[in-house]
Amino acid sequence: MDTLSQGSGPLFTDPSANRAREFFAAKLRALTDKLTTVADAVARLVNDGDYLAIGGFGSDRLPTAVVHEILRQGKQNLSFAGHTATHDFEILCAGNLTGRGKTLARVEIAYVVGMEARGLSPHARRVLESGEVQFTEWTNYTLAVRLKAAAMGLPFLPGRTMLGTDTFRHSGAKEIACPFTGERLVALPALYPDVAAIHVHEADRYGNCRVRGTTVADLDLARAAKRLIITCERLIPHEEIRRDPSLTVIPFFCVDAVCEVPYGSYPGNMPYEYLSDEEHLRQWMEAEKDLETLRRFLDRYIYGVTGFSEYLDRCGGLPRMQQLRQQELLLHRGS
Amino acid sequence: MYYNAMELMICCAARALEDGCTAAIGTGVPCAAAMLAQRTYAPALIVVFEAGGVAPQLPTMPISVGDSRTFYRGLMATSMADIMETCQRGMIDYTFLGGAQIDAYGNLNSTMIGTDYSRPKVRLPGSGGANDLASLCWRTLVVTNQDRRRFVEKLDFLTTPGYLTGPGAREAAGLPPDTGPYRVITDLAVLGYHERTKRMQVRSLHPDITLDQVRQATGFELETQEPLAVTAPPTEDELRILREEVDPHRIVIGRCPPVAGK
Repeated sequence: MDTLSQGSGPLFTDPSANRAREFFAAKLRALTDKLTTVADAVARLVNDGDYLAIGGFGSDRLPTAVVHEILRQGKQNLSFAGHTATHDFEILCAGNLTGRGKTLARVEIAYVVGMEARGLSPHARRVLESGEVQFTEWTNYTLAVRLKAAAMGLPFLPGRTMLGTDTFRHSGAKEIACPFTGERLVALPALYPDVAAIHVHEADRYGNCRVRGTTVADLDLARAAKRLIITCERLIPHEEIRRDPSLTVIPFFCVDAVCEVPYGSYPGNMPYEYLSDEEHLRQWMEAEKDLETLRRFLDRYIYGVTGFSEYLDRCGGLPRMQQLRQQELLLHRGS
Repeated sequence: MYYNAMELMICCAARALEDGCTAAIGTGVPCAAAMLAQRTYAPALIVVFEAGGVAPQLPTMPISVGDSRTFYRGLMATSMADIMETCQRGMIDYTFLGGAQIDAYGNLNSTMIGTDYSRPKVRLPGSGGANDLASLCWRTLVVTNQDRRRFVEKLDFLTTPGYLTGPGAREAAGLPPDTGPYRVITDLAVLGYHERTKRMQVRSLHPDITLDQVRQATGFELETQEPLAVTAPPTEDELRILREEVDPHRIVIGRCPPVAGK
């Protein structure tokens, strides 16, 4: 297949399906107990220089505890899949230009810096405008397709977007002619992240997972990632999985660690559980305006706490979580 | 009735959607427009959100395209690929987008301001799903304020395709035929695109706005048409539904002070 043109952006991962097969061939298949702490999972499974991907959509169903722990353990020089990354990207950026080395070194951008309807993150802007992070352009769907190609065990998939734009010119994609119709298509290289973290509603100790609400790109991400950390709202008995396997959307053999983290998507939204804490998300953006204020803010909420439950306590603890649960379930509307 | 420019823009956007059509939307103005349309002209309008929400009965304005409101009492909660592939199959009629800059052919920039890609003066979010939606949905609507900073002769970065360089350019690039920009709804006017040149064209001026004002707020030559219509102001019903049901907390309509008093 001839390449008609190609973007100028580098690829930060290897799209080879054969080399991915070699990795997956050696991956554990046994039904073993993977229950552990977030601190242990991050220490064992996230390495300096890894390519990291985070599940959910922006602040929705976000594995916040893992992202905090990556900062607390001072992981360095990560590559990152900026697939509608909002609060997750904001947290990771806090490990750059704040006197703690360089958490992020490379980003594949579909959506970063923006916080959706909340505006732009001042510190994420500061980091990307500083020149210390290398980046390339993609789109939400093309990153999802790249994960899908990897989940399928392929080196690439074709697509019909990015064509004719600067987004393509600054990507690592190529243009090809369809071997059947001759039409121009974009060839999207498979994305096999080194490590991913996904927050789910329920999981058993082996890593069989259930998700309610939209799945975004997470089912493909779970299958594409070489190592996968699951945080869950609730650990459930293995027998419950066996009772209705149709509810399992991520199978145990994709998973390397299972951590039970109630309110684990806080300050983000967890469908059917709790709404986002917009007040706390505003505090983040406010603190970011000034670097010294940001350092104190990070000490209070991330570096100065032992773990995620202490962070929740500093954010108002159970009473605040109850409020957010009532908002999510629209209980104030009498329904 | 007093109304502000934001309320008028939302009404114009709602009126652009016909009953029974499908639209991929985001938060803010597009969402308010879709909610208003569903409660007025287009009760059978089906909205989808790129994170996977299909046909929700939106109880309140979502703050994220993926939050739980986007599939509240919906018909399906699915994946982003499923939504985008529904667009790719040709089943989504409209999408609503915004951007920091737009040019005469409806191309959009939401990536960066500046001249050096690796050292942007202002780094913006990037495409998100905008490039995908504008490539794959049949018609693209843009809702934005109109000024010379936004309506520019040349974009700093072409994030999302409009008609690219003009007639035939989308098809030549490989984008699906017969797709492309449809309307631009601003605080001054409703604009479309000239059938032959594919350049932006004024369709109607908002009440008390002159063509000269629109030209002053645009950094490129605009096509016009004769006679130029005047945009119908919001009706009492539209304003009541918008203020009481769609956006009671004035999250979107409060972004704009009341200006167009009548």
